[in-house]
Amino acid sequence: MAGFILKRLLQAVFVVLAVTLIVSFAIRLSGDPAVMLVGGAGSVSEQDLQNIRQALGLERPFYVQYFSFLEGILTGDFGKSFMGGTPVSLLIKNALPATLLLAFASLITSIILSVPLGIYAAVNRGRWPDQAIRILSLVGLSFPNFWLAIMMVLFFSIMLGLLPPSGMEGPESFVMPALTMAIILTATNVRLVRTSMLETLSQQYIMVARSKGLRDRVVLYKHALRNSAIPLVTYIGLQFGGLIGGIVIIERVFNWPGMGTLAFDAIANRDYPVLQGTITVLALFIVLINLLVDIAYGLIDPRIRTE
Amino acid sequence: MYFAGPVPLQERGWMSDTANRQSQALLSVRSLSVEFGTGSGAFKAVKEVSFDVQPGKTLAVVGESGSGKSVTSLAIMRLTDYTGGRITNGQVLFRPDGGEAIDLVKASDNKLREIRGNDIAMIFQEPMTSLNPVFTIGNQISETLILHQGLTGRDARLRAKELLQKVRLPDADKLLDRYPHQLSGGMRQRVMIAMALACNPKLLIADEPTTALDVTIQAQILNIIRDLQQEMGTAVIFITHDMGVVAEMADDVVVMWKGEKVEQAPVRDIFSAPQHPYTRALLSAVPRLGSLTGQPLPKRTPVMVMDGGVAKPVGGTHEQNTADYTKPILEVEKLTTRFDVGKTFFGRVTHRVHAVEEVSFDIYPGETLALVGESGSGKSTIGRTLQQLVEPTGGTVRFDGRDMAAMSHGDRRRLRQEIQYIFQDPFASLDPRHTVGYSIAEPIIVHGLINDRKARERRVHELLEQVGLQPQHAKRYPHEFSGGQRQRICIARALASNPKLVIADESVSALDVSIQAQIVNLLMELQEKRRLSYLFITHDMAVVEKISHRVAVMYLGQIVELGSRQAIFENPQHSYTRKLLSAVPIADPQRERAKMRIEGEIPSPVRPVGQEPAIHRMREVEPGHWVAIETDQLRGAA
Repeated sequence: MAGFILKRLLQAVFVVLAVTLIVSFAIRLSGDPAVMLVGGAGSVSEQDLQNIRQALGLERPFYVQYFSFLEGILTGDFGKSFMGGTPVSLLIKNALPATLLLAFASLITSIILSVPLGIYAAVNRGRWPDQAIRILSLVGLSFPNFWLAIMMVLFFSIMLGLLPPSGMEGPESFVMPALTMAIILTATNVRLVRTSMLETLSQQYIMVARSKGLRDRVVLYKHALRNSAIPLVTYIGLQFGGLIGGIVIIERVFNWPGMGTLAFDAIANRDYPVLQGTITVLALFIVLINLLVDIAYGLIDPRIRTE
Repeated sequence: MYFAGPVPLQERGWMSDTANRQSQALLSVRSLSVEFGTGSGAFKAVKEVSFDVQPGKTLAVVGESGSGKSVTSLAIMRLTDYTGGRITNGQVLFRPDGGEAIDLVKASDNKLREIRGNDIAMIFQEPMTSLNPVFTIGNQISETLILHQGLTGRDARLRAKELLQKVRLPDADKLLDRYPHQLSGGMRQRVMIAMALACNPKLLIADEPTTALDVTIQAQILNIIRDLQQEMGTAVIFITHDMGVVAEMADDVVVMWKGEKVEQAPVRDIFSAPQHPYTRALLSAVPRLGSLTGQPLPKRTPVMVMDGGVAKPVGGTHEQNTADYTKPILEVEKLTTRFDVGKTFFGRVTHRVHAVEEVSFDIYPGETLALVGESGSGKSTIGRTLQQLVEPTGGTVRFDGRDMAAMSHGDRRRLRQEIQYIFQDPFASLDPRHTVGYSIAEPIIVHGLINDRKARERRVHELLEQVGLQPQHAKRYPHEFSGGQRQRICIARALASNPKLVIADESVSALDVSIQAQIVNLLMELQEKRRLSYLFITHDMAVVEKISHRVAVMYLGQIVELGSRQAIFENPQHSYTRKLLSAVPIADPQRERAKMRIEGEIPSPVRPVGQEPAIHRMREVEPGHWVAIETDQLRGAA
């Protein structure tokens, strides 16, 4: 197990390096930040633009810029924003909790919803509760996330006036963004739990458990669920990347001051340091979550732990 | 008054005082019917079945696949509720303390849960999948004790340890914290027995508990069940298809066929005077160890096959004098096959499977050489190596005098045409998306044997007829055939390229005995017609006795004894061969055998790098009969 984790950690370093390289390179294809800073081409002389580039360190060759960025990461210094000069690490420090809160809240809500629903559907396979859950899940899967977000705003904020339509002020403002994400995640997870449960329930050890006289609840939640959890945990790890991507859009709709908003603005402004910083930190988190998933396998399944 | 449905057939002698016996029966099943599905798609798996189980006695329920015996066993505890089955008729009367009977068909869920695992327990067929992989052995045994006997976790653990010792598992203390995957199949089945007997049940239902196990392990498990049954006074319902196991275990026997009980009698009567035609057919098909004693050659014998409710003999008696011992077709010399397993962080190999170690043997034209052994003996690896599915690590293989290693790529390809393979599982070895005709024609196309389409079609039709099927079957798909028919198709496919040697790897093991007997006869008939050589790989000694000219017994990657069929069966020399023969249950309750007490697991062929196994030397005890000289290592293991 220790060797396995070490191997994964090494892999993680390479993944993060690759992400930083691609991000640094790709953003430089988007155009000249100096032009952006002065408010468009033609408004100042070429010499002035040259000076700005020099001040931002953009005249250096790409690899020099990239290595100085890597060097910064190691010391926790992501540079300063081109817009206003705030340190990127400070911007991230302010935005990251908001995004993580949203991500984990929606993930946990979705697990709380999808596990019992999925099990219920599996146990009632082919009967009406199963059909109903499957149809609802399909409906959930068919909504684009931004559309669902807008409908939520229309309904809860504008029609009912129950919840604030945007921003992050108090716990109420948190309900809609988290719920939107949770609904979309639940739609997929419920199907996954159902399929995985059906597979487990057909195993002989489930019949053995029943032949021992155990209650249905014990058979399902003790004997079956832990075995079904393995594919579920794998999928949640993979889902986390997509979840972060989805959050960028949800954050825009609800004007949520998180990493997504930060990254989005950075792209619009060609703010290299901010974008590089946010993407690197998000990539780190996704890699970390997947590492945790690998460790979780071992905890759930002794066959992996004792290998 | 006790038989709600039609009175079962052939209730003889002992059943004359039915009413008297029933009053003391522990379990009385009355006119039980179980159905799956609804409406027009409904399928009656069990029809009006009745029988009694006496306290402390063993009732064997025998039948082939689809006979409804497993469904019956599940229905007793109403576990069919969870498999989509419905009990449409009948009673299951259970008298846990000899008094008032409880009808389990009508019992509430709470009542059923009280009885399950406590008064009635069950052991299932597949030990590999019967235990939950994510919980420790201790946890799974304690669970029942905590639930039914109200023990604390600590007391339950102590009792679990005692139970593990009862089923003769060494190191019970450590085992409690182990997980199922760390145990062999035989050990898991013992754990399963410990679990089932935890609460001293009155009735144990064992559904094919030894079918998936090696024969020496089977012998040990049967012993344990018998001993504990006597000790605890448990009644046992033993579900099986193996008449040998029936003869060894049962007091009374119920024979099931197509969902109905066709016969019931004490075990001796079933074997000595079977009444129903199906029972007679079943018994005629069972290969019996020792049935060819004194005869030098293998022999085809007629098989009774059910035809519209009547048993009819198929085939005749014929001695298999087909082998030609002038020049071997295949010569295997010091063949060694190893696989790397277990690697360090830096990719260095730490362990190897020593699957085959310096094995030598010949096969002659028209001869059947049986390769017998238990799991891990390397018998299948030899077959795969000859079929070029696995690269050998060392040694030479000569086919028709030509060295395989020295052959060109093209020659090796042509060799595949001359050596064909029949697999164990007829369900998995045919592509479900191709017609049967296509599957059979494929080797002809691949090897470019017949290019004309019409001629190829004729050839496929011919092959189908040779294996006992009809030409029009070529247009059908595999799912339209039964297991036995599919194995015939696999044989037709193997014969399509006109091979000289056919490797049959457990090819009849998965089949019901009546089908098995027919396929064995078919293989022998084809051998005579085409002068085929067979390498017959199997664990089933009784089939080996019937089909083979010579036998090689394998143990841990090496041959320990090689000789004519008669020499091996009538004059076994090596202790492992004797152990193997002694472990085989014989389908004859009258026959008293001096049984060897068999202990111990089958050792693993996996060894750390650098620890090579000792190669044992062979000596010739009589012409053509070779025996490994027993070293301490080998004697200790066997």
